[in-house]
Amino acid sequence: MRKFWNGKVSRRGLIGGAAATGAALPVVHELVPHQGLHDQAATAAEHKARARAAHRGSGHLGAVGSVDPRANGFDPHEIVRDFDEGIVRGGVREWELVAEDREIEVAPGVRYAAWTYNGRVPGPTLRAREGERLRIRFVNGSSHPHTIHFHGIHRDVMDGIPGVGPGNIAPGESTVYEFDATPFGLHLYHCHSTPLAEHIAKGLYGGFVIDPRQGRPAADELVMVMNGFDTNFDRSNEVYAVNTVAFAYMDKPIRVKRGELVRIYLVNALEFDLLNSFHVHANFFDYYPTGTRLEPRDFTDTVIQGQGERGILELRFPYTGKYMFHAHVSEFAELGWMGFFEVV
Amino acid sequence: MEAAAATVTRRRPTWLAGLVPLLVLGLAIGLFVALDAPGLDRIGVPQEELAVERTVLKPGEIELHVRNDGADPVQVRQVIVNDGYASFAQTDKNIGRLGGAEIDVQYPWIEGQTYEIALLTTTGATIEHTIDVAVETPEAGLGFYGLMALIGFYVGVIPVAIGMLWLPWVRSVDARWTRFLLAFTVGLLAFLGIDALLEGTELAGTGAETLGGAALVWLGAAGAYLGLTAVDGWLARRRQRLDGAGRGDGVRAGAGGVRGLGYRAAFLVALGIGLHNLGEGLAIGSAYAIGSLALGAALVVGFALHNTTEGLAIVAPVARQGAASLPRLALLGLLAGAPAMVGAWIGASAFDPNLAALMFGIGAGAIAQVIVQIAPAVKDEAGRLLHPLAAGGLLAGLLVMYATGLLVSV
Repeated sequence: MRKFWNGKVSRRGLIGGAAATGAALPVVHELVPHQGLHDQAATAAEHKARARAAHRGSGHLGAVGSVDPRANGFDPHEIVRDFDEGIVRGGVREWELVAEDREIEVAPGVRYAAWTYNGRVPGPTLRAREGERLRIRFVNGSSHPHTIHFHGIHRDVMDGIPGVGPGNIAPGESTVYEFDATPFGLHLYHCHSTPLAEHIAKGLYGGFVIDPRQGRPAADELVMVMNGFDTNFDRSNEVYAVNTVAFAYMDKPIRVKRGELVRIYLVNALEFDLLNSFHVHANFFDYYPTGTRLEPRDFTDTVIQGQGERGILELRFPYTGKYMFHAHVSEFAELGWMGFFEVV
Repeated sequence: MEAAAATVTRRRPTWLAGLVPLLVLGLAIGLFVALDAPGLDRIGVPQEELAVERTVLKPGEIELHVRNDGADPVQVRQVIVNDGYASFAQTDKNIGRLGGAEIDVQYPWIEGQTYEIALLTTTGATIEHTIDVAVETPEAGLGFYGLMALIGFYVGVIPVAIGMLWLPWVRSVDARWTRFLLAFTVGLLAFLGIDALLEGTELAGTGAETLGGAALVWLGAAGAYLGLTAVDGWLARRRQRLDGAGRGDGVRAGAGGVRGLGYRAAFLVALGIGLHNLGEGLAIGSAYAIGSLALGAALVVGFALHNTTEGLAIVAPVARQGAASLPRLALLGLLAGAPAMVGAWIGASAFDPNLAALMFGIGAGAIAQVIVQIAPAVKDEAGRLLHPLAAGGLLAGLLVMYATGLLVSV
């Protein structure tokens, strides 16, 4: 009958109960000698406030601990400026991508059985110039069938989906995808085997940059693949990040130079959540959706991307200092998608 | 060969032979572990389970006391509070089977709000715990213990003492109605016993199942019943010896009839009720600790009415006794009522669902034993147990407890 001890008091139930007994309560409150409790609470609160202030002072927000990039085999600080231009052989630009199962650390101490291209999540950022012939050899070293599906304009057999062209590539098998680099812009490649959400969410995706023929103005170029990890398989993410490791750019900010043009290739590879976003503090940027036009569509400080959407951001930092960037979906930010630029 | 074996057992103490299977078992286990369970491969992922046994809220901090409830060690690596990582410290980074740990989460929680906490383990699994209504947990100090003692006094000692004021009236009624009152007491005790079993079972479900769960309640009940039976037997033998020496006060056990009862029965009733009130104190104290003091305070009045009848139950067995010594009656009252205070202390400062379940079980077992003790005294001259007046008393006891129980149900 008395069900009030085990913490299963619903909020509604408590309010109802309090209303029903409201008249009797103040009396009891006054009857019972408990001033000591109030005093203790006050001092404890002060103590904790001091402790929290000290805690904030350490510059550490959110997750506890740090991720060892050597154990993972890749470092978000290297990935952010790593563009893979492949090798040009006989007028054809070539890459080799190997699918590989690999356990990685996505937040300090939290391990995830990822599927990777070339042992890293996100996969290599492939970069080509508009109109080039591209040839990608895909080797499936994973224990599951996979494909590579490139965004771009090409024939169906090169689309990297099951049942068309080479279709699913079985474990141990390989294939070659070949097509022209068009249109220019910022694209995406990812596995298209089913179940689709699972094959993408486990880490089989990467950025695909096609530069316009005339090129873009010189800049400090960064690639940011927004992603997340469903570590407990409930089809919602426990960890959010750019370039995989939660809070990677919080502990160690991305260094940029004051006044220099910074170009960010922003890709949304997030699964299970419909939207992701990018927001930079104390600054605004030019935004080129999908990077397929040379004129910016927007001058803003926050941009929203749906699943698979991407765009190019250009900005200059007028002042030195530390400037935060994060998803303006606050939940994602607090679950790892948060970082700093350090302007020097 | 049979003869040879017989010679051996004759030469050696017999208990040695009893040890042989244990030694072989020990050896077998040692070998099995040393060889790492030959032939048995683990399939599937680790079973990571943590039971949150206690939650303590302090300003800016949420303290979780967890126990490993699963088969595998659990390594908590991050803590998510309401969809955000929170920084934390833990006493044990690798919580082994049945191991306990304290996880202190830094979080600026706000009173009255709901918090969903997910403990993210190294394998990526989440262990979820909800704080339905966040309220600061009272710190254990003098004032706090005073407050708990006062609540325990209100719900335990005072009502029982008031109920014992029925003694003069109980004495004035004739033997038939005394039997009715004893049957009433049995009904009341039966209600409390069933209540204790149900509450204990429900509580056990909130703790670490591997520690026994609901089995703890029944173990506690059986242990208390057997223990009290043994103590009672010992007391009876002692009393008989004293009677033989001419120093007895005319009380004989189990002889049937009202005169057969007395202070020993009253003592047992008080003890049984006391153990039950310990459980009630636990419930009240823990309700206070999780911030539903409003409910706890509202219950004081209900409990008082509910427990007043317990005082009547204590004095019913001594209806036919000679001069009642006041200190003796006071002691009986304290034995029945004061455990509510102790229970409130434990419940509010160190609540443990498994311990509480065990206590409820002990209370139920003690009550069952007391019922067995009192029942013979309900028999009428013809030796019938369930004569109409007894059945009426029994039913009245159950109904009164049910009705007053409505006042304390939520």
